[in-house]
Amino acid sequence: MIWAIVALAAPALALVAIGLIPPLRRSGRPAAWVSVAAISAALAAAAVAAAEVVRSGPAVREVLWAPLHSFPPVRFGILLDGLSATMAVLVAGVALAVQVYSLGYMSGESRPSLGRYFAYHSLFAFAMLGLVLSHNTLQTYVFWELVGLGSYLLIGFWFERPAAARAALKAFWTTRLGDVGFAVGVVVLWAAGGTFVFSELFERAADGSLAGPMLAVGVAGLYLGAAGKSAQFPFHVWLPDAMEGPTPVSALIHAATMVAAGVYLMVRIAPLLAHTPTVSAWVLGIGCLTAFLSATMALVERDVKRVLAYSTVSQLGYMMAAVGAGAAGAAFFHLSTHALFKALLFLAAGSLIHALHTNDLFEMGGLYKRMPWTAATFLIGALALAGVFPLSGFFSKDEVLAGVLDHGHRFAFAVLLATAFLTAFYIFRAFWLAFLGGRDADRHAHESPPVMLAPMAVLAAGTALAGLGGWRAIAHMLGVSVSFPEGVHAGHPPAIVPVLGSAAALAGIALAWSGYGRGLWSPAALRAQLAPAVRVLERRWFIDDLFLALYRALYLVPTRIVGWFDRYLVDGVVNWVTDRTRAASQALRVTQSGRVQDALYFLVAGAIVLLALAARS
Amino acid sequence: MTLPRLLVLSFAMFAVGTFGVLARRHVIAVLLSIELMFNAANLAIVSAAWAHGLLHGVVVVFFAIAVTVAEVAVGLALFVLAHRLRGTNQLDDLNTLRG
Repeated sequence: MIWAIVALAAPALALVAIGLIPPLRRSGRPAAWVSVAAISAALAAAAVAAAEVVRSGPAVREVLWAPLHSFPPVRFGILLDGLSATMAVLVAGVALAVQVYSLGYMSGESRPSLGRYFAYHSLFAFAMLGLVLSHNTLQTYVFWELVGLGSYLLIGFWFERPAAARAALKAFWTTRLGDVGFAVGVVVLWAAGGTFVFSELFERAADGSLAGPMLAVGVAGLYLGAAGKSAQFPFHVWLPDAMEGPTPVSALIHAATMVAAGVYLMVRIAPLLAHTPTVSAWVLGIGCLTAFLSATMALVERDVKRVLAYSTVSQLGYMMAAVGAGAAGAAFFHLSTHALFKALLFLAAGSLIHALHTNDLFEMGGLYKRMPWTAATFLIGALALAGVFPLSGFFSKDEVLAGVLDHGHRFAFAVLLATAFLTAFYIFRAFWLAFLGGRDADRHAHESPPVMLAPMAVLAAGTALAGLGGWRAIAHMLGVSVSFPEGVHAGHPPAIVPVLGSAAALAGIALAWSGYGRGLWSPAALRAQLAPAVRVLERRWFIDDLFLALYRALYLVPTRIVGWFDRYLVDGVVNWVTDRTRAASQALRVTQSGRVQDALYFLVAGAIVLLALAARS
Repeated sequence: MTLPRLLVLSFAMFAVGTFGVLARRHVIAVLLSIELMFNAANLAIVSAAWAHGLLHGVVVVFFAIAVTVAEVAVGLALFVLAHRLRGTNQLDDLNTLRG
């Protein structure tokens, strides 16, 4: 247990050190090394803590946070079980790889800027580990928002660029929209169950004291928060724009960790979800929709990072679909492998961008000769994403498909299978365009430095090997977690599932190869023929436009009306009174001629009147 | 001469003075008209004192004449300054208090 606290404290200390000691922050590289050392320590501590869990089972350490009058006290606690320990190792591991990679990728930054970058990274690592290790919903919410802050700061790291500043705001507000649901869910579950603590909520749900609409509303609220963070339809709009941030940030936050936090939360509350079939059905449906829609959007994207972003949204949809279908263990397995291979893909894409200074796939081509290591690692990541045996993605995608089919969701299974085909196609389209395409990008492109290649190599090894025995390990770890009291068992799908999955993947790859590799069909001609459909995809199914229209209808129109009322009715009365006053005084001005004799006329007239009155009485 | 007739004379003088103050445009003429009004008042007081055989009224009028002379001196000084500053002694042109 002490090691879990060490894992949480190390990035926090690095953040405090870099944040509060200005000379350290402005020094750049030393600040980076402080951050890297801290995350290394966190990784080691998390690994030891995970070993502890395997040896002696889940453990909780809690302190009193807020004693409440006539309510159970609120406790601040760390829950160390198989789920949180695995996730902590994953987060710390990817964060370490990304921070080391950043040493090379961000080498062009000024020193204070580099210090700021690593301060944000430490903040993010601390927040993410805190979120993972929370033992109650309220504490999760606190770290959840801190993670959102870290994401905002890192997306907007290049805040001089208006697009980056806008993207940071968009990400923050969109996820905040879901977080309103999270807050409602936390409070509703607390009101109905009388506790914030996960394990106690599970007990109440199991013995029936927490049930009915309150449970459903609470779980749906938490799902809204998770949908915001995990970029589920219709909240997915922020993730492609978040690619304005530095590429390592995209790898860490918008591929491997933060966006997975929503899935993690849903896996964590899987026992509650099991009691709310309606919410589960929604989670499954929206997951499938998200997976399919974003895969189609990736088909026509030119920006290599955005292809990966759509792919991330799509894979998150996969995980959510698995959670909704009741295969939360498979979802977590896919989360783990996805964190590895998607971080790898992003780092490889970052290596491309670092060398070419462009994101546009159509300006790349033939780069495998100049950047062999980048090409090889990208290929491994792409094969894993497509789900090709024996890479990790194959196994986890297979588990997800099997889980969905096993729980009897045939239509969802078909949608996810189609998505797998699209996934294989778009990622290999990107691969061919960037590395093999006929055009030779003659730009003096050069391979990235070892400090960037080493993390890629480590992640590539992880991607290649995590599938072998990975499911057994994950299932074992989940077996010692409070969210899976009965353990995790692999489904028993028909043997057709891996065959179908592999067939979809290979078909997608073959299609990409025939079009972009061999030129058996012309992508440009197809694009011209399907122009209306392509336009729908390029406009992202008009979902961003729909948001804009909704914003205008629900917000701008009422504000215009209220503004008109204020401007012309409220202000109108005030202006009318002042106008009349001014006009009256204007009329009275003529009496003030300034000639002393005009005043005397009145004086004399007054005297005469008084005299007349006196004479009458 | 009886008291009522003297008072009518005094009132007539006052009226003529008031008309002069209101109607004339040059400051000297206005000042002269004001003097006429003063003296109308003085005449009324003296007449009343004479009719009642009292000496108080006569004494008051002496004081009033002295004060009037001093006041004329102040008024003339003001007009001289006004002429220096504004270049005119026509009342219609001295209208800086216009609203």
